[in-house]
Amino acid sequence: MPFRTDVLICMGTTCIENNSFEIRESIAKELKKHNLTEEIRLVSTGCFGFCDAGPIILVQPDGVFYQGVKEKDVPFLVEEHFLKGRPVKKLMYTPPKEKMPIPTLPEIPFFRQQVLIALRNRGLIDPEKITDYIARDGYSALAKVVSTMKPEEVIEEIKASGLRGRGGGGFPTGIKWESCRRAGEKRSEIRYVICNADEGDPGAYMDRTIMESDPHSVIEGMIIGAYAVGAQEGYVYIRKEYPIALDRLNTAIMQAREYGLLGNNIFDTGFNFDIEVHRGAGAFVCGESTALMASLEGKAGVPRAKYIHTVEYGLWNKPSCLNNVETWANIPVIINRGAKWFTTIGTGDVSRSPWGGSKGTKVFSLTGKVNNTGLVEVPMGVTLRDIIFNIGGGIKKGKKFKMVQTGGPSGGFLPEELLDLPVDFDSLTNAGSMMGSGGMVVGDEDTCMVDMAKYFISFLVTESCGKCVPCREGLKRMKEILDRISSGEGKEEDIGLLEEIAFTLQYGALCGLGKSAANPVLTAIKFFRDEFNAHIKDKKCPAGVCKELIEYGIDPEKCTGCTLCARKCPVGAISGEQKENHVIDTSKCIKCGICYQVCNFDAVFKK
Amino acid sequence: MPRITPEDLKKIKEKARRTSILREGKGRAKIVVHMGTCGIAAGARKIMNALLKIIEEKQVEDVILTTSGCAGLCSREPMATVEVKGMPPVKYVDLTEKKIEEIFEKHVQKGEIIKEYALAAGSEKTE
Repeated sequence: MPFRTDVLICMGTTCIENNSFEIRESIAKELKKHNLTEEIRLVSTGCFGFCDAGPIILVQPDGVFYQGVKEKDVPFLVEEHFLKGRPVKKLMYTPPKEKMPIPTLPEIPFFRQQVLIALRNRGLIDPEKITDYIARDGYSALAKVVSTMKPEEVIEEIKASGLRGRGGGGFPTGIKWESCRRAGEKRSEIRYVICNADEGDPGAYMDRTIMESDPHSVIEGMIIGAYAVGAQEGYVYIRKEYPIALDRLNTAIMQAREYGLLGNNIFDTGFNFDIEVHRGAGAFVCGESTALMASLEGKAGVPRAKYIHTVEYGLWNKPSCLNNVETWANIPVIINRGAKWFTTIGTGDVSRSPWGGSKGTKVFSLTGKVNNTGLVEVPMGVTLRDIIFNIGGGIKKGKKFKMVQTGGPSGGFLPEELLDLPVDFDSLTNAGSMMGSGGMVVGDEDTCMVDMAKYFISFLVTESCGKCVPCREGLKRMKEILDRISSGEGKEEDIGLLEEIAFTLQYGALCGLGKSAANPVLTAIKFFRDEFNAHIKDKKCPAGVCKELIEYGIDPEKCTGCTLCARKCPVGAISGEQKENHVIDTSKCIKCGICYQVCNFDAVFKK
Repeated sequence: MPRITPEDLKKIKEKARRTSILREGKGRAKIVVHMGTCGIAAGARKIMNALLKIIEEKQVEDVILTTSGCAGLCSREPMATVEVKGMPPVKYVDLTEKKIEEIFEKHVQKGEIIKEYALAAGSEKTE
């Protein structure tokens, strides 16, 4: 019998953490109980992107979207919706500040404004079934390329599309392919294609999601790339922390081999290509192209100077074409729908050169103090405001927006005045930040910019490989200065000193990590200088974050003498009789903030 | 699975067409069987099974089948609403397996509404 309903259940990392495996098992059990296994099919899909709302279940053809499903909800859900046809309201999504739940996925603002290219199959296919991918036009671009196009034509098509590297650099993909092919032909050398899946930015998981929800799209992109540059071997360099992505990728590679889509004589055209997966060991710097290739060779993962490009002398000194996961996933769609279609999405004019604009879409992982944290794919050129306030649903708990950091730990902080900035490669770079691989961290009014800068610089200090002096020494000194400022020992000349070290890094560091590492500090100073001054001159932290600069107190007008804070204080710094005013002994107080959190009468304040 | 050819890709895609339509929720026609307690008691299950059988036998790909709760007219169950793209939805009442077969053939496949079996055209407004 045919199935009348598909129940698509998210098996992305976040939903699995929230028990989607157990939920799937229990749905299967309930379906059996009601004799529905013949007509209702359970499908495991990759991530839907709306991770804040997980575990997620989508019921098709009805389009009903369930979120925050728990195991105990399952019997009711199966009986009500799958048997009796009554969608269950309490499991639907209700936007913040609203009362009515939204039943179907396309109506939810988080999904409505997204345009899916790289994530085109998310939530629609089972990532472990190659036939599901083929049913959605999978591998048809490869068939088209190997049977009707010359490698040069493929390169021209990618160049004309204006596609630029999604890993952060924004280098035109077509030009990279062309240089790699030329270098190989000139020296009659073999060539390599490499997929950079070493996604290391804290809180960013665009690439992981693509590999988890649609691994074949990356593989197909790589095969097409290999055909274009003339490579027979490819590598995926995937970070160790992604076990599910690794599993699904390996499964997909095996299936592609079985179908003859990898291996010798692909589609009987005489074209040979295969992929090997290499696991990284968890170093942030290995996302940098030369460090990645060194690591692939079995050497220490440190970068080298790049006056000789990797497209000429890359892996084992052969011409190597490295693109990031998202870039590869874009390729099949561009081939199928044409460069011209691709250029209708995005900003600028790429008719003369791919450098002329930012075309297509970009996947962002939206995190921090925003309501709808998750993964979003939007056309290039949408504003930060659109992403944060429309798709993201605004700031948590109705607080005020303060800043957004784009581009990962070495991206810059952008203030409220720049919320209407179009998100594309060049606009973000001009504003002092960068596209990076697509991390987006939102901060609210309670975010201290000195603290934020300190946090990201600390991350970079531990991840700096130590090969070049500006990065190794500069970052460390910057961290010391920031520590000093946040503890109230900042000097007036510290801001100037920070800027000087930052410029040295920008000009003198060996690789992209070091060159961009100063962005958080430079933009924090540029857009939030008052806050630095407050820390240094007034010895105050306006956001109330830096422990050494704040003091807790109790407002006698508001205190009811309930004794809660005194009971919760871990160091016994609060005293007072029942029903009388309480006071904090600041000499004992360790500023843990517990009293501030537990007080039911807003009587505890920070100053 | 032996090596595949570009033609095989098309065949696989064609074979999965029904699944694709189902997952995208975009059929040419949609049949809603009302499956409230009253509907099930009156035999809605049989109607649903009959429809699934027809779809299988005729290898229909572009018709989606779904359920909904009681439509509030319990005495006229089993009921089904047929929505063909470009036409108003029609509610059919007092269904039998034979009637639904006829409705499928005429209304769903040819676009001819069977007035004798219909309650009324249109559907209540939903919130």
